[in-house]
Amino acid sequence: MTARVGVITFPGSLDDRDAARAVRLAGAEPVSLWHADTDLGSVDAVVLPGGFSYGDYLRAGAIARFAPLMDKLADAARDGLPVLGICNGFQVLCESHLLPGALTRNANLHFVCRAQRLRIENAETEWTRTYEEGQEIVVPIKNIDGCYIADEATLEELESSGRVVARYVDVNPNGSLNDIAGISNEAGNVVGLMPHPEHAVEALTGPSSEGLGFFTSILAGMAAV
Amino acid sequence: MSAPNEEPQTEAAQPPMPQAGRPVPGGQQPVAARPDPPVDTVARAAETPDVKLPYAELGMNDDEFGRLHSILGRRPTSAELAIYSVMWSEHCSYKSSRVHLKKFAEKAPQSTALLVGMGENAGVVDVGNGWAVTFKIESHNHPSYVEPYQGAATGVGGIVRDILTMGARPVAVMDSLRFGAPDAPDTRRVLDGVVRGVGGYGNCLGLPNIGGEVVFDPCYGANPLVNALCVGVLKPEDIKRAIAPGPGNKVILFGATTGPDGIGGASVLASATFDEASHQKRPSVQVGDPFMEKLLTECCLEIFAEDLVVGIQDLGAAGVSCATTELAAAGTGGMDIDLDLVPLRDETLRPEEILMSESQERMMAVVEPAKVARFLELCARWDVPATVLGEVTDTGRLRMTWRGQTIVDLPPVTAADEGPVYERPYEPPADLGRLQADAADGLPRPSTPDELRNTVMWLAGSPNLADKSFVTSQYDKYVQGNTVLAMPDDAGVIRIGDGPQGIALATDGNGRYTRLDPYAGAQLALSEAYRNVATTGARPIAVTNCLNFGSPEDPGVMWQFAQAVEGLADACQALGVPVTGGNVSFYNQTGDVPINPTPVIGVLGVHDDVARRVQMSFNVEGMAILLLGETRPEFGGSEWANVVFRHLGGLPPRPDLTAEAALASVLVAAAREGILDAAHDVSDGGLSQTLLESCLRGGLGCTVSLPGDPFVELFSESVARAVVAVHPDYAARVAALCEAASVPVRHIGTVGGDAFAVEGQFSIPLVELREVHQGALPSLFA
Repeated sequence: MTARVGVITFPGSLDDRDAARAVRLAGAEPVSLWHADTDLGSVDAVVLPGGFSYGDYLRAGAIARFAPLMDKLADAARDGLPVLGICNGFQVLCESHLLPGALTRNANLHFVCRAQRLRIENAETEWTRTYEEGQEIVVPIKNIDGCYIADEATLEELESSGRVVARYVDVNPNGSLNDIAGISNEAGNVVGLMPHPEHAVEALTGPSSEGLGFFTSILAGMAAV
Repeated sequence: MSAPNEEPQTEAAQPPMPQAGRPVPGGQQPVAARPDPPVDTVARAAETPDVKLPYAELGMNDDEFGRLHSILGRRPTSAELAIYSVMWSEHCSYKSSRVHLKKFAEKAPQSTALLVGMGENAGVVDVGNGWAVTFKIESHNHPSYVEPYQGAATGVGGIVRDILTMGARPVAVMDSLRFGAPDAPDTRRVLDGVVRGVGGYGNCLGLPNIGGEVVFDPCYGANPLVNALCVGVLKPEDIKRAIAPGPGNKVILFGATTGPDGIGGASVLASATFDEASHQKRPSVQVGDPFMEKLLTECCLEIFAEDLVVGIQDLGAAGVSCATTELAAAGTGGMDIDLDLVPLRDETLRPEEILMSESQERMMAVVEPAKVARFLELCARWDVPATVLGEVTDTGRLRMTWRGQTIVDLPPVTAADEGPVYERPYEPPADLGRLQADAADGLPRPSTPDELRNTVMWLAGSPNLADKSFVTSQYDKYVQGNTVLAMPDDAGVIRIGDGPQGIALATDGNGRYTRLDPYAGAQLALSEAYRNVATTGARPIAVTNCLNFGSPEDPGVMWQFAQAVEGLADACQALGVPVTGGNVSFYNQTGDVPINPTPVIGVLGVHDDVARRVQMSFNVEGMAILLLGETRPEFGGSEWANVVFRHLGGLPPRPDLTAEAALASVLVAAAREGILDAAHDVSDGGLSQTLLESCLRGGLGCTVSLPGDPFVELFSESVARAVVAVHPDYAARVAALCEAASVPVRHIGTVGGDAFAVEGQFSIPLVELREVHQGALPSLFA
């Protein structure tokens, strides 16, 4: 039996169907979850997709964290359920305090869409285990609130404990501190990523297919158990 | 909509109606103390024939008002006047353009692909394998000058709702933008706001932006052009129509609440020329909420999937007035509406204002009574407010009540379909002869290698030819995961379903060409879009158009319009691609000075297998570079004349539709055979620009040999040309395809190295070219 990976749709989610496609191309079964659900439906992992949940009104991710399903998700994440937040999903994870820090307006104040080079800094999380540490991949980035910030102590802790999962290479597109593109929680099951691996799963439509590894990592993790 | 060419979302704003009795800002009387003005009911209108109505202020002339009087057999109520004034405005009725637009139908080529033609919210074409595509381009020019962010944002929102209304899932947008001189003080304000607005709305809606244009010319300084295109995908059997059939069926307004935004927009901003007072109209431009539009989109798609509507119309220009009259006119013919039920965000709105409000993100559906409960349930799931306002009747009358009294009772067809039609006088502009006589042939040409090199660099860094990443990187092109090609490629290409089929779309327009010869200029715009689509390997099948002109009351402008429509209709016939819909935007002028006439043409093409799409970039060393088509010394209206001399005169390149069709057939055939490594059309800036763009995009140089006059070879803008890169083994095959189609072909060079080199003339390192090409727009606007 293959992995069942839930994709939560909030009002204003945009990349939910793309995330489901990536899950399917990775060989897992995508399961649609609705923000107002109160049950995670026995999934093996969850993706919080990109978009503008609730219009990003108030602050990106600030309203979505109060969605009924988020309570269930937070409990499950603390119990070890693999959770990947992409872009807006990353913002929701930070607002939910499942990940530290915050994402603020890009340094140049513009929405930025580009093919971005990343370096995988930690290949041991639930979502990166099919990569090599130090491996460079190209995936799209597209956001206006992608500048990762955290206080000195948090940054120090993230860096010293290997919780910086991916870093921007060549260009820092949004002013993120320490060129941080993605981070994980202490256990490594919750990962937040500003770039969009789900848009780099087919050479025809993406800048590469190098984003697929985030989704195959879940399957690799299950096979290893 | 009955107009032969479809309507834009609103373009306008206007002062509140005097009889509505709104408090004057800063006035003496507190609002609470203000007694409600009397309701102007149908009964009162019949009893008080002598009441003066402000029809002139609403843009209606004496003849039109007299006609309205005879239709109703009495004076209109103020609510009825509100309806007719917007429905009979230039913007909604096409009263000046209709007599010319019928040429598109008269000269329409036979097309087996056309499922829905002009007259609906958007045309629909069959693209094979059980899929259909609907697409349209529309202007939002005037609001985008007054309030660039909201004007552009709501322009995107409006065209997306048109596509949604056809029953389709919107899958991509494009935007064709024109601004004033890049160094003019106001251009930065307008460009920054427009680009943020296009991005802010489209990005938040989850629609990839796959192409368009960014053009600068002083003529657009106070008249920027914001033309937005949307394309959607559906099954042919799921097409929806804007009709209200079946007495007893319920009329449901759903989406955002109704507020005082854009009131009277359609009849004033779009139908009157700007003057110094335009900034005072700012509050009347509509404000968009892309989050609500996203909810509305997903909600509609679920409603369509369960087949819950018998008719649907979006609310754009003229809001409830337009939706009710058009739905009723196209259906059984009657409708009863209770205006008290319209959910308001401002409870002080009067019925006239409710009717004219252009609040965004609203739709109107006609639903069988048994399906209303489920309809409302789906709306609730998406947090979309929905209200049953009334029902379809067989009375042949649109009746509306407010506070229990009848305030509207009219035959809807007279408002929706039987607006005034004008045959406005036209004659060539007085200066046209002088302009055409001032040919570019006499301009001093570069001839030495250094002069040629400098000209290449100068053009590559000029705003119209420079890299547009500064703009396009602010748009999401990846969302939905089906974008196969996007700008700067020649056309945007979108995969449909899980493939392999897909579509290609390109928009083009050239105001300078059209100024010099409007008949040819419109044909040249079509030619270029057609060529761009074919360059990616797609077979062009259908056309949409956005016709941006000055005032139709100026005979010179009217002549330009008539010529352009004639030229476009003839060219569509010659190329076998029907016009499926579009939009006319008049009054793009400041004082007496109109913009260069600017028809923007969108062409849709079909890919049987998107994996065979051809990119513009030189990707592989050693590929042979072939130039297809014939180069003539044609410089009238060229970028070279424009950039180097700011010269506009002579005649534009000669359109050659036979050659264009032949070239496209070669490009499509070669793409299908999978033998092209790259293809890029030759147009603005000539062969020099084509080659350097392919080099920079792929990161590889090229060396070419140009035995003729190098200036003409490099900078002429002759039509029906493209550059292809092929493996040397396939060069003979491409040559054979060309020969069979009578397309001239020359092997001009090879891909490789890190410079753009012309043998015997110059070699420019790509790093140097990249700096001027990519640095131009950021240095102006970042």
